[in-house]
Amino acid sequence: MNHLIDRRLAGGNKSAVNRERFLRRYKEQIRRSVKGVVAERSITDIDKGGNVNIPARDIREPVFRHGPGGEREIVHTGNKEFSAGDTIPRPQGGGEGQGRGNQGGEGESVDDFVFTLSREEFLDLFFEDMELPDMVRNFLGDVPERKWVRAGYRREGSPNNLAVVRTLKQSLGRRIALSSAIRDELEAARRELAEAERRSVSVLQVSMLRERVEELEKKLSRVPFLDDLDLRYRNRVAVPAPVARAVMFCLMDVSASMDERKKELAKRFYALLYLFLTRKYEHVELVFIRHTDNAEECDEDAFFHDPRTGGTVVCSALELMHKIVDERFEPAGWNIYVAQASDGDAFGSDPAKSMRYLREFLLPLARYFAYIEIPDENDNRTSTLWAAYEELAGTEPNFAMRRVHGRAEIYPVFRDLFKKETAWGAA
Amino acid sequence: MGGGVNGGATLRAAEPISRGPEWTFELIRRYDDAIGECAREFGLDTYPNQIEVITSEQMLDAYASTGLPIIYPHWTYGKEFIRNEALYRKGYQGLAYEIVINSDPCIAYLMEENTITMQALVIAHACYGHNSFFKGNYLFRQWTYADAILDYLVFARNYVMKCEERYGVAAVEEVLDSCHALAPHGVDKYKRPGAKSLKDEERRQVEREENARRLFNDLWRTLPRAEAKEPRAAGRQPFPAEPEENILYFVEKYSPKLEPWQKEIVRIVRKIAQYFYPQSQTKVMNEGWACFWHYTLTNRLYDKGLVDDAFMLEFLQSHTNVIAQRGFDQQGYGGLNPYALGFAMYQDLKRICEAPTAEDRQWFPEIAGGDWRQVLDFAMRNFKDESFIAQYMSPKLIRDFRFFAIADYEDEPELVVDSIHDEAGYQRIRTLLSRQYNRDYVVPDIQVANFERDGDRSITLRHQAARNRPLREDEAEETLKHLGRLWGFDVRLESVGEDGSIIKTFECPG
Repeated sequence: MNHLIDRRLAGGNKSAVNRERFLRRYKEQIRRSVKGVVAERSITDIDKGGNVNIPARDIREPVFRHGPGGEREIVHTGNKEFSAGDTIPRPQGGGEGQGRGNQGGEGESVDDFVFTLSREEFLDLFFEDMELPDMVRNFLGDVPERKWVRAGYRREGSPNNLAVVRTLKQSLGRRIALSSAIRDELEAARRELAEAERRSVSVLQVSMLRERVEELEKKLSRVPFLDDLDLRYRNRVAVPAPVARAVMFCLMDVSASMDERKKELAKRFYALLYLFLTRKYEHVELVFIRHTDNAEECDEDAFFHDPRTGGTVVCSALELMHKIVDERFEPAGWNIYVAQASDGDAFGSDPAKSMRYLREFLLPLARYFAYIEIPDENDNRTSTLWAAYEELAGTEPNFAMRRVHGRAEIYPVFRDLFKKETAWGAA
Repeated sequence: MGGGVNGGATLRAAEPISRGPEWTFELIRRYDDAIGECAREFGLDTYPNQIEVITSEQMLDAYASTGLPIIYPHWTYGKEFIRNEALYRKGYQGLAYEIVINSDPCIAYLMEENTITMQALVIAHACYGHNSFFKGNYLFRQWTYADAILDYLVFARNYVMKCEERYGVAAVEEVLDSCHALAPHGVDKYKRPGAKSLKDEERRQVEREENARRLFNDLWRTLPRAEAKEPRAAGRQPFPAEPEENILYFVEKYSPKLEPWQKEIVRIVRKIAQYFYPQSQTKVMNEGWACFWHYTLTNRLYDKGLVDDAFMLEFLQSHTNVIAQRGFDQQGYGGLNPYALGFAMYQDLKRICEAPTAEDRQWFPEIAGGDWRQVLDFAMRNFKDESFIAQYMSPKLIRDFRFFAIADYEDEPELVVDSIHDEAGYQRIRTLLSRQYNRDYVVPDIQVANFERDGDRSITLRHQAARNRPLREDEAEETLKHLGRLWGFDVRLESVGEDGSIIKTFECPG
């Protein structure tokens, strides 16, 4: 009458569709939260999943319910000292006091609704924030490419992978193993028969021997030429596609005119380039170079958050980078990418000098050099550095530059890069 | 466990069914057989059981869809899932040991992480406790069709998904959102008379004529006729003639704007809300009943020697956790624990039958000293939480729980202790607690009062503010917007106080 069923293999994840609907519905709130996470998080961790906060108020589902006021009695347990008629001051400050009952407080907790986004969901929102086209999203969101390589043989497989020679080898071995004993016996029996015929023994004996020979011949013929056991298939396993190394230089002007907003934009720019590189290269190193009137290498935290004061000498950063490349990243073994962010302030001969330095020393080494200029909001004048770099834009194929006021304008900097490199990657 | 079946404990002769914590399907089956055997000895009447073993992920899924095995897709279930998953992953919240579905056969989920002791406990609790309650309690008999619910859920899911394909996910979601907001007001509390078939109608006609013929007396003709009443002003008949408490039903039947498919969705939400209606009314009784029986059945197993001491210790630990009740001043107090209260009440009833005191005889003359199985069976079948407490809560139980009532009156500057567990307070505490389990205590009484059928097609809801308890205004406004979306024309809500005056009016233009 009673049934016992094992449902464990029926597969869970029935809620996946509902979860996805929830995410879609509260996209605005989630996106806001993701924005905060991106700001806090290190560039190298950009593509991990993340915790998301949504104010509980925003996702409340309203129903008609009682509010405070009116008259009611509430029964509680665990009385120790009260007698009928005692009075108790009302709990103040919206606290869930004893007197306020529980129904009144249900569902209006002010705690945020916190949950975890998977890597895919997180990246999706990040990309959306950056307004990336779909093709690029697919490319970035992809797991690293894999290649199928031969890895010996296996007993199961699809017919198209049948290894004929190997199979026949197996068959041959098996046939030898199974039939050699029979063959020996047959040999012996034949000899005996010939002997008997030669010596003309009794007819009965000869016919018995003949029968025996025939039986053995039959037995021999029953050893199959090809058996299921013999089949061998080529085995293929997926291994990650060949890897290469890349180094990404982040150059930034950290003088006082680069405020938080500009650094925030720059960070997205770096993060995107980094993501792009990690999809292409198994191993990506990051080098942070900040500069005011002189340049220094530093870690990511100092790069984004340590305020500096001083003037601006762009060329110092370029020189330092050149030095680091010489010391640690031999261009033959490393793909060099450079991302430079600045508000464009540069003085005197510095812009022209920087441009020449770039053209002569750095651009020949680098696979790609992107410069973004983040001017003050509503500032439409081009800067001195911009004016100098403009000369490179037309002539050097691996140089890109762009003025960026908002997040959505970052992607176009990469457009050419993505186009070229994805085509190159697919070829 | 005195007074078991056959007038006392049987000799402990048998070998325990198992030792150690591991479970196998074979063991579960043997425990189920043994527990089923005990349940039959006590005369429990159940649906057949379908026991399903699931993983914790699947348990999370089941949680999200309010325990139903199949439900239409909607973001609110995703929200529940995400919330539970986060709590579970961080270890703030364990998973329930079981979920049981009121259907025929009765489906119970066991989690694979449980030990064999827990599996046995769950089988006793769900497959025999809850199951017999589902089959016996009058509310469930009246309102849920156990044999049809699964088919209906499949239909509902398919229907909603078909609508999504046809009209778009967003359009369907809008309707569902609005329906969910009104779902607490989408249940019938009393049975509607079924529509009369033509045959019934004809028979009634014949009976009426026959009756008239039999009672015919020419004398009546001679009586002076009363003046015919003034016909009411044409077209001004109020509609509905009686206020309608089932708002979703009203929307489904009379909404001037909704398309047929939207009405069907309203109906689906309404039906599912109705399915849950008995559960919300019998939380204490249902959980108490299941706890009482897992306790009683497991002790019976022990008496028979089918489980060992290790099993009992683990069992008792879980059992005491489930029925723990914290005092109001202890940390983690979340009101009354229905498991604790229900279990205590059935145990108390059993005690009143078996060992009544003078007080019990005075309070419960008709059951004191009676056959406890009959008394409990009667109680289980014929009550809901509100009436169960009003009928059976004993002074001893009030003392045991040290109940006290706090009066929260808006006009008073302070809260007042209304009554406590003493001679003067028993009756009052019992009444107040019973009232606390009345649905109206939680869900405000809101009914459709008027539909301007021939005018601007607006509807007016009336909130009867019992004891002047107002609505939460911000939420009421939002909920009213949902109703406005379903209705398509102006929607008004009037809160009416005890004295009949309108306290507050909400409006939502269509």
